[in-house]
Amino acid sequence: MDALIEVKDLEKDYRTAAGVFPALRGVSLTIAAGEFVAIMGASGSGKSTFMNLLGCLDRPTRGTYHLHGIDVGRMSADALAALRNREIGFVFQGFNLLPRLTALENVALPLVYSGMGKPARRARAQEMLARVGLAERGQHTPLQLSGGQQQRVAIARALAARPKIIFADEPTGNLDTETSRQVMDLFAALNRDDGITIVLVTHEPDIAEYARRRIRFRDGRVIEDTESPA
Amino acid sequence: MILASLVETAWNAIVTHRMRSFLTMLGMVIGVAAVILMLAIGQGAQAMVREAISAMGSNLFIILSGASTSSGARVASGTTPTLTFDDADAIAQLPEVRAAAPVVSGQAQLIYNGVNWSTSVFGTTPDYAIVRGWDMAAGGFFSEADVRAGARVAVIGAVVARELFGDEDPVGKVIRIKQAPFEVIGVLAPKGQSLDGRDQDDTVMVPITSAQQKIFSNAIRNRARFIMVQAVSDKVMDRAETAITELLRSRHRIGERMEDDFTVRNLTAIAETQAQATQVMSYLLGAIAAVSLVVGGIGIMNIMLVSVTERTREIGIRMAIGARRRDILMQFLIEALTLSLIGCGIGLALGVGGAWLVANLSGIKVVVSSAAIALAVGVAFAVGVFFGFYPARRAAALDPIEALRSQ
Repeated sequence: MDALIEVKDLEKDYRTAAGVFPALRGVSLTIAAGEFVAIMGASGSGKSTFMNLLGCLDRPTRGTYHLHGIDVGRMSADALAALRNREIGFVFQGFNLLPRLTALENVALPLVYSGMGKPARRARAQEMLARVGLAERGQHTPLQLSGGQQQRVAIARALAARPKIIFADEPTGNLDTETSRQVMDLFAALNRDDGITIVLVTHEPDIAEYARRRIRFRDGRVIEDTESPA
Repeated sequence: MILASLVETAWNAIVTHRMRSFLTMLGMVIGVAAVILMLAIGQGAQAMVREAISAMGSNLFIILSGASTSSGARVASGTTPTLTFDDADAIAQLPEVRAAAPVVSGQAQLIYNGVNWSTSVFGTTPDYAIVRGWDMAAGGFFSEADVRAGARVAVIGAVVARELFGDEDPVGKVIRIKQAPFEVIGVLAPKGQSLDGRDQDDTVMVPITSAQQKIFSNAIRNRARFIMVQAVSDKVMDRAETAITELLRSRHRIGERMEDDFTVRNLTAIAETQAQATQVMSYLLGAIAAVSLVVGGIGIMNIMLVSVTERTREIGIRMAIGARRRDILMQFLIEALTLSLIGCGIGLALGVGGAWLVANLSGIKVVVSSAAIALAVGVAFAVGVFFGFYPARRAAALDPIEALRSQ
């Protein structure tokens, strides 16, 4: 199996007024290309810190992180930004769409930073909107869309630069059961049909059921790492 | 990130907050309008002074009767006429001098065909027209022969021609100056205002001999009120002044320790000093106006800082999906620059429009130069970059995780 993500003895300390708080206390694991992983744990267990490190939004205090064999810990802030732009798609609990842009413009936004021209951006954004079933909603602004639709626009944005991996942080946290199911079906389809690696943070067991592999965190350590039979 | 999408992003942000953007720009608008207007008025004044100087004639001295002080008591020059016509002739013989014209002058009433007009009358010689660079609009100036003969001929200024004759051709008509009949033989081309604000076209010139006999008959014979002298070139002005002073002192038999009974003034130097003063004034006005440009820039910085705080989450999102620090920096810098340049454009329009209004309502001469416009645009650009940089750098320095977490 090809290791897409490889972390070794990963530690992250936060400096607070009360002193140094160790959010991660030595995490080692690998995630192969094409996996669908759910990261679980109570709040404060370190799962969000871990996601931020995997998503190249933050750098570890100690330990190493190789993405695609590249040592991420040594890269500059701008190099990390370029890496996020190229290799990683993000889906957040609060959707995080820019409210003043249309759905199409939101989806095209990552491509602005990869230097793609406007006509190409629009074509790609339209293609991705179609992929998430919102081809007709391109000119709507986020406020004109339902929560489920907004999350699907966010997924289309995560797909726009054709990344190999999508990090989703509680993607169904703000959605009802039915829309949650639709969004999770979409993730499952992207994983199955397009081979995109999906790493999902959730505390809901039935959402975690969609993933084949479940990693559970407590107090900054991995306490459980199970894989359901294919 | 491509410049086109940067400008588009900036434009969208500005349009979204129309009222706030407008208020932000207002400082810039007022600053640029003030700079344009102040420089226009200043440069207009300079242009007016330059015109007055070239109309005055070049390399001029005026020699006035009397000293500025006499036995310790200050008396006005020209009160006791000490200069003679012969003094003028002698000065004209100096190698540094091209021409010298003695002048007697005063106010007098003119009458033509029942219309009367009070104006300043100059009794002088044909050299006066040469020295002062007077051109003729119609007819000709009087000659040396007219002066010798005491001919009753007159040359009138444009204002006198208009007031007395209207549309009629004045040449060949007879006017009365203090009851004495004079034939109009020429009309002077207009010169406009002098440096001290007098209308130079409101005048009549007659031979100096006729003036003394018929108009200023109380005046002492052969004594001039002043002598107008033109040097041969601007390089000999200092030598000419010394030569004239020495010549007059010896002609007036003034001892070594005694004061001059005349005053030599370099009119050209005085005019140039005045021109320099107007120029300094013009720069001063511009500099004061430029302060408001800086204040406008601070206004932009203020709002941009608010904007960065307000849009922290947006910045976080953009960073998460791949915006580099310099992309964020450029986004806010371009936004500040766009604001200041739009403000500058509006300010330009207001400034130029204001200058036009001032020119048309008050009659003050204004000059809107391309240099002033370039200066205002340049400063607006610099202010936009300078005051946009700090907020933009704060935006770019945000931590993506912190930014994403903010509401």
